Amino acid sequence: MLRFIGRRLLQMIPILLVVAVIIFTLMELVPGDPVRIMLGDFATEAQVEEERERLGLNRPFLERFWEFIKGAVQLDFGVSYITKTSVSDELIERFPRTLKLALLSICVSALFGIPIGILCAIKANKLPDRIALVLTLLCNSMPSFWLALLLVLLFSVNLNWLPSGGIGGAQYYVLPVISSSIGSIAGIARQTRASMLEVIRADYITTAKSKGLSQKAVILKHALGNALIPIITVIGGQFSFLMGGTTIVESVYSFPGLGLYIISGINNRDYPIVRGGVLYIAFTFSFIMLLIDIIYAFVDPRIRSQYSGKKKKKSKEAEAAA
Amino acid sequence: MSKTETKKVKKTAASYKPGSLRYIWYKLRHTPTAVIGMCFVVTLFILSFASPYFLIDERSGQPMWQYIDMRNMNALPSAEHLFGCDEIGRDILARVLYGARYTMSIGIFSTTVSLLFGMLLGSIAGYFGGHVDNFIMRCLDVFQAFPGILLAITISATLGPGFEKIIISLGISGIPGYARMMRANILSIRGSEYAEAALSINCPTSRIIAKHIIPNAMSPLIVQTAMGIAASGLMASSLSFLGFGVQAPTPEWGSMLASARNFIRNYPHLCLFPGIFIMLTVISYNLIGDTVRDALDPKLKD
Repeated sequence: MLRFIGRRLLQMIPILLVVAVIIFTLMELVPGDPVRIMLGDFATEAQVEEERERLGLNRPFLERFWEFIKGAVQLDFGVSYITKTSVSDELIERFPRTLKLALLSICVSALFGIPIGILCAIKANKLPDRIALVLTLLCNSMPSFWLALLLVLLFSVNLNWLPSGGIGGAQYYVLPVISSSIGSIAGIARQTRASMLEVIRADYITTAKSKGLSQKAVILKHALGNALIPIITVIGGQFSFLMGGTTIVESVYSFPGLGLYIISGINNRDYPIVRGGVLYIAFTFSFIMLLIDIIYAFVDPRIRSQYSGKKKKKSKEAEAAA
Repeated sequence: MSKTETKKVKKTAASYKPGSLRYIWYKLRHTPTAVIGMCFVVTLFILSFASPYFLIDERSGQPMWQYIDMRNMNALPSAEHLFGCDEIGRDILARVLYGARYTMSIGIFSTTVSLLFGMLLGSIAGYFGGHVDNFIMRCLDVFQAFPGILLAITISATLGPGFEKIIISLGISGIPGYARMMRANILSIRGSEYAEAALSINCPTSRIIAKHIIPNAMSPLIVQTAMGIAASGLMASSLSFLGFGVQAPTPEWGSMLASARNFIRNYPHLCLFPGIFIMLTVISYNLIGDTVRDALDPKLKD
C-alpha cells in the first residue's frame, strides 16, 4: 500500500509539470496584453515598453518559463501585475477558504445524498421514491449560479437573514454551501439508489434476511457496505467537480476564494495569478484522486488485497483500466 | 422510422434487438417522460428560429428580441410583454426564445466533438496498446488534472469569446472521459469470449471490429453522450454567466442572467425566466438521457 501511494505521489510530479507547461503556454496565447490593461488606453508606446521591460515580459519564452518553474518549485509564483502583491501569499490566504467551501459542500451532499438514496432504494417505485426522483432531477438540472441568485434574492434581499456575499463568520458560508451542494446531493442520491438496488437483489442479502437480521442491519451493514464503491466514485467525482464549480458560486457571492482569484486573473491577463491558482487546483485535484484510491482500499478488502499481495501486475491493470 | 412500417405490423419492444438504435428510438417514443422532453426540445428549437419572424415590434418593424424600448425599462410582466422587459427595455420572452438556440445546440455540438475525438483516441489507445496507449493515456491524465469547468474556462479564455469557440473548449474538456471509456470497453471486449469465439471460427479481423467490437463498445458511450448533453448545456450557460463564451448583447441565457444579476435587488423578474428555461431545457435533456440509459443498461432498471 505504501509503495502504491509513493508511486502515485511520484507520478504526480510529471503531471503537474506538464500542467505547468500547458497553463503557461495557454496564457501566452490569450489575446490581450496585460501591460495595456494595466496602464490603460492612454499610455504611450514608451511607457508600455518600459513596463514590459520591468515585468520581464519581453524576455524569450523559454527563459520566462524556466523562471516560473524555478519559482513554482519553491511555491513562489511571483508578483501580481496589477496589485503588485505576492501571489503565493494571496493563494495561501484564499486556498483554505475554497477548500473549506468544497469540503463543507461535499459533507453536506454526502450526509443528505446517501440517506436519500438508501430511502429510495428501500421504497423503490413507491411514492417517496417517485417524489425523490423528481426532486433529484430538478436539483440535477438547476444551474448552480441561478440557484445562488435565487437564494440571495430570498435570504438576503427579502428576508435579510444572511449576507449576500463576502467573507466573515460561519453565516457567510451558508448560502455558498447550499448552492454548490444541491447538484451533488442529487448526483450522490441517484448513484446510491442505483447501486443499492443492484446489491439488494444479491443472494447474500436474502441470506442475511432469512437469518432473521433486522432490516436496519441488513441495509446498513450488508447492502450499503457492498454498494459503497460506486458511491465513493461519485463522491470523488463530485468533490473534484466542486473544486472547479466553486469558481461559479464564488463569483456570484463575491466569495474571496481561489476560483474568483483565477477568474479575475484571467480577465485582467494577470498571468502569475492564473498560473499559481491553476497549479494549486491541479495539485489538490490529483491529491483527491489519490485519496479516493486509498479509500477504495479501506472500504473493499478485495482491492486492498491487490496492493498487499504479489499480484502487482493485476493491480496495475486495474488501475490502467480505471 | 417510417409511418407505413408501424401501420403494417403492430411492433412491440420485443420486436427490436435490445441495444440497437431502433430499440432506443422505440423506447423514446413509448416513455411518457422522454416524449415530454423531446416535445419541449423540438418546440423550443422551432420557436427559437421562428420567433424573430412573428415577434416583431409593430412601430419599428424590428424583431422584438433586439428592439430597445426605453419606456419599458425593467417593465414587469404584463399582457403586452409576458415575461416583462430587461434593463434596456427589450422584451424578455422574445430574447429567451431567440436565445434557446445557443444553450440547446452548444450542448449537442460540444458533446459530439468530445464523443468523436474521445472515440478516436480511445480506440487508438485500445487497439494498439503498448507505447501508443501509454502516451495517449498520460496525455489524458494531464487534462484530467484540471477540473472540467476550469479547463473549459482556460481554453475559452485563450480562444476568445464566441459560439464556435465555446463549443470547442467544452468539447476539448470532455474528451478524456469518453476516450477512457472507449479504451476500457475495447480492452474488455478484446478479451471477451465472443470475440475469441469469432476469431476461432476464422472470422476476418475487419468483421470482428465492425460486427463485434464497435457495436458492443458503443452502448456505454451512447449512455454517456445522452447524459453528457445535459451537463454540457449547463456548463455552457455557466461559462457565459462568468463572461466567457457567448457574450452580451447576444441573448444567451447565461449571459442574460449575468447582466440581470446587477438588478436583482430591484427587478428580480429579470433573473427568473432565463434561469427557468435553462432548467427546463436541462431537465428535458436529462429525461431523454435517462430513457436512453434505461434502454441500453437494463441493469439499472427495476
